[in-house]
Amino acid sequence: MDVLVGVLLVTGAAFMLLSAVGILRLPDIFIRMHALTKAGTFGVTGVILAVILHFRNLEVLGPGLMVILFFFITFPVSGHLIGRAAYLIGIRDSERTRPDELAEALAKEKGEKPERGG
Amino acid sequence: MTGPAAGFLAGSVTLAMALLVAALFAALLRLLKGPTLPDRVLALDLITSLVVGIIAVRSISTGQTALLRVCVAIALLAFLGTAAWAQYIKKESES
Repeated sequence: MDVLVGVLLVTGAAFMLLSAVGILRLPDIFIRMHALTKAGTFGVTGVILAVILHFRNLEVLGPGLMVILFFFITFPVSGHLIGRAAYLIGIRDSERTRPDELAEALAKEKGEKPERGG
Repeated sequence: MTGPAAGFLAGSVTLAMALLVAALFAALLRLLKGPTLPDRVLALDLITSLVVGIIAVRSISTGQTALLRVCVAIALLAFLGTAAWAQYIKKESES
């Protein structure tokens, strides 16, 4: 069991390091957000699962599952919020982020709002 | 906890801690460098999740199970903080 705990710990920590390297190295905020949410969630999940398997009692299982659940719910949402806010203040770092679907959606929203009001 | 398996666990705890601290430094670098405010907020988000990971690893190496509750609190606060930053950035763009 100790071997499984160790492997999970190191895997989770390695994924978190990968996410940090992605944050540091990738060219633009939308791609960085992608690195943070996927690899970060997976890394935290691995580490917390290792803790749960190590102690194997209810006192740890409750908070551990809560942490995993929170991360799975909140990380994608917070990444989305920050990405949208960054888009709205006009950040377009890299030319490689295409297609620009939010621009079309926002234009459509703006075009439809007067119709709805009237 | 005796035998080679215990040694393996201790070694992997040390390795995991080293990886997490290296990640912390990378995130700190992005926090200092980050060209725009959203970049810094992303780096802060990563740092809070790294702190949760470090506390979890620490709870294995000390045997303190109560540390997991600290993780729950930090995970909640991290989301609230990021949501508040996103609102603030959006408001700045409208004004």
